[in-house]
Amino acid sequence: MNGALVRVGWRHAGRRHKLGMVLAYVVLVPGALLFVAPFAWMLSASFQPLGDIFSWPPQWIPKDPTVDGYKTFLGLGETTGAGTEAENPWRWFVNSAFVASSVTVLQLFFNSLAAYVFAKRQFPGRDLIFLGFLATMMVPGQVTLIPNYIVLKHIPLFGGNDIFGQGGHGWLDSYYGLILPGAVSAFGIFLLRQYMMSIPDELLDAARIDGASEFRIYSRIVLPLTGPALAATAIFTFTYTWEDFFWPLIIISSPDHYTAPLGLALYVVKNRTAWDVLLPGSVIATLPMIIVFLIFQRRFIQGISLSGLKG
Amino acid sequence: MRRNWDAYLYLAPGLLLFSVFTVFALGFAFYLTFHEWNIIEPDRPFIGLENYRDMLEDERFRRSVYNTMYFTGASVPLTMLIGLGVALLLNQPLRGRGILRTLYFLPVVTPFVVVAIVWKWLYNGDFGLFNYYLLKTHLIDEPLLWLADKNLAMPAVILMSVWGGVGFSMVVYLAGLQSIPEELYDAAKVDGAGAFARLRYVTIPMLRPTTLFLLVMGIIGSFQVFTQIFVMTSGGPVDRTTTMVFYIYEAAFKFYEMGYASTLAYVLFAMLFVFTLIQLRLYRRTNT
Repeated sequence: MNGALVRVGWRHAGRRHKLGMVLAYVVLVPGALLFVAPFAWMLSASFQPLGDIFSWPPQWIPKDPTVDGYKTFLGLGETTGAGTEAENPWRWFVNSAFVASSVTVLQLFFNSLAAYVFAKRQFPGRDLIFLGFLATMMVPGQVTLIPNYIVLKHIPLFGGNDIFGQGGHGWLDSYYGLILPGAVSAFGIFLLRQYMMSIPDELLDAARIDGASEFRIYSRIVLPLTGPALAATAIFTFTYTWEDFFWPLIIISSPDHYTAPLGLALYVVKNRTAWDVLLPGSVIATLPMIIVFLIFQRRFIQGISLSGLKG
Repeated sequence: MRRNWDAYLYLAPGLLLFSVFTVFALGFAFYLTFHEWNIIEPDRPFIGLENYRDMLEDERFRRSVYNTMYFTGASVPLTMLIGLGVALLLNQPLRGRGILRTLYFLPVVTPFVVVAIVWKWLYNGDFGLFNYYLLKTHLIDEPLLWLADKNLAMPAVILMSVWGGVGFSMVVYLAGLQSIPEELYDAAKVDGAGAFARLRYVTIPMLRPTTLFLLVMGIIGSFQVFTQIFVMTSGGPVDRTTTMVFYIYEAAFKFYEMGYASTLAYVLFAMLFVFTLIQLRLYRRTNT
């Protein structure tokens, strides 16, 4: 079929872009179907009883749809099939939402403060400190993992610790431990700084002459003009934190503090065969991300272009 | 001059968090590489370079380096190539372009734990969709064990990771493509360059910064592959999918060898550092 298309294309050389478009559909549409198939199957199977999930050939359309899996996962109905109800799955999602929002808000504030002075102020040691921040962007999380675990364990006066940080578990297994180590990001600072550099200095000088304080200049002039970059980093930070698995896996131990990915993954490990409950759980964990993405799609892609082009 | 000192105030929260969670942590991890420590006991004896010596003789460590290279060497170029192909095709005034782009991007916004769960099912030896369709089309005669087969486990993890990553490189390449000035193509056309020549001599060279960005980010990311391994294979079968980060995780939180785990982590850091440096150097050299 492709050969025929190519020949037609050559004969009408002026319409060659049309050929490209036909080719695009021939390749892209089946490709897209392959990309969506796992989602479609996950969604369909999440409404099937265990026996049907295991059916051969696989059923793409549920024969007798059921929401039992969802009920079991959320602890609403009687336990059916091989699955046991997850402990507090509602709580996982509330935790994830709380942690991801807190990290996002803190990062927006701390990152933009730092980016502002790096971009628009002169002070001794500025370039050196900025370079220091940049250099840490390459450090993989695994290097700082163990020390940070130990630092959190010894935060004084928290989690049963005395004033010397001994005796308890400190910030381990707590929201503090999930939120604070991620409350500032070198990458975020870098991105915002690049963006703020393009704001003309004259604008800031004019405000200074009018007697505006530095904080007012930051909050009333620079921040609003940094809107697109702020939105982009906010979306990144939120989704990254929502998805993060490694750090919660290390520091969280009580089910009350599980985040969605952690709860789900540990549930998988514990109930390896309870597919009728796992798949509904997966659907529930995916939905918030897809909704966030569909709403903010433009900004999302803008953000990636922003980081891709300037990184 | 008074105006300037308050700048440190703006930096204070960032600096404080950084000095604790990055600078101090780096130092402490380095200190740990020369010590033996099981985290429970208070004393951590100094053992000099023994951790490093152990590492050189550690068969599992060597295996994990090999696996990590294998994973990176296959998944990064594949993800970039397919991403570029999709981006090139999508970079036309197509009807339904937005929808197609969204569909290719969906795996990127799906939590990785979920992706791993679903693909684990697709790879299931008895009931998985892969086996079903491959058997039905007679591409294979008997079901494959995928994640339980020592030669197939890593390719299976790679395939899944490529699926999850193509959307990202596609979007970055699309942004790169849109920043190429139209005049360059016009000039090439005037010179009689066909579609392929334009791709070869205009598009690809102009995308170099984008390609470098994706390559560096891709290598950094895939050197740290962990979630897929944890959920899908737990490093098995017979360590065929034990990657460096998975091994570090095991050393630290399964065997409680904090000193040894820190040593492995530092080696990972050093490898990433060297890789990134080489790439930037190559980039600069060919650019001048």
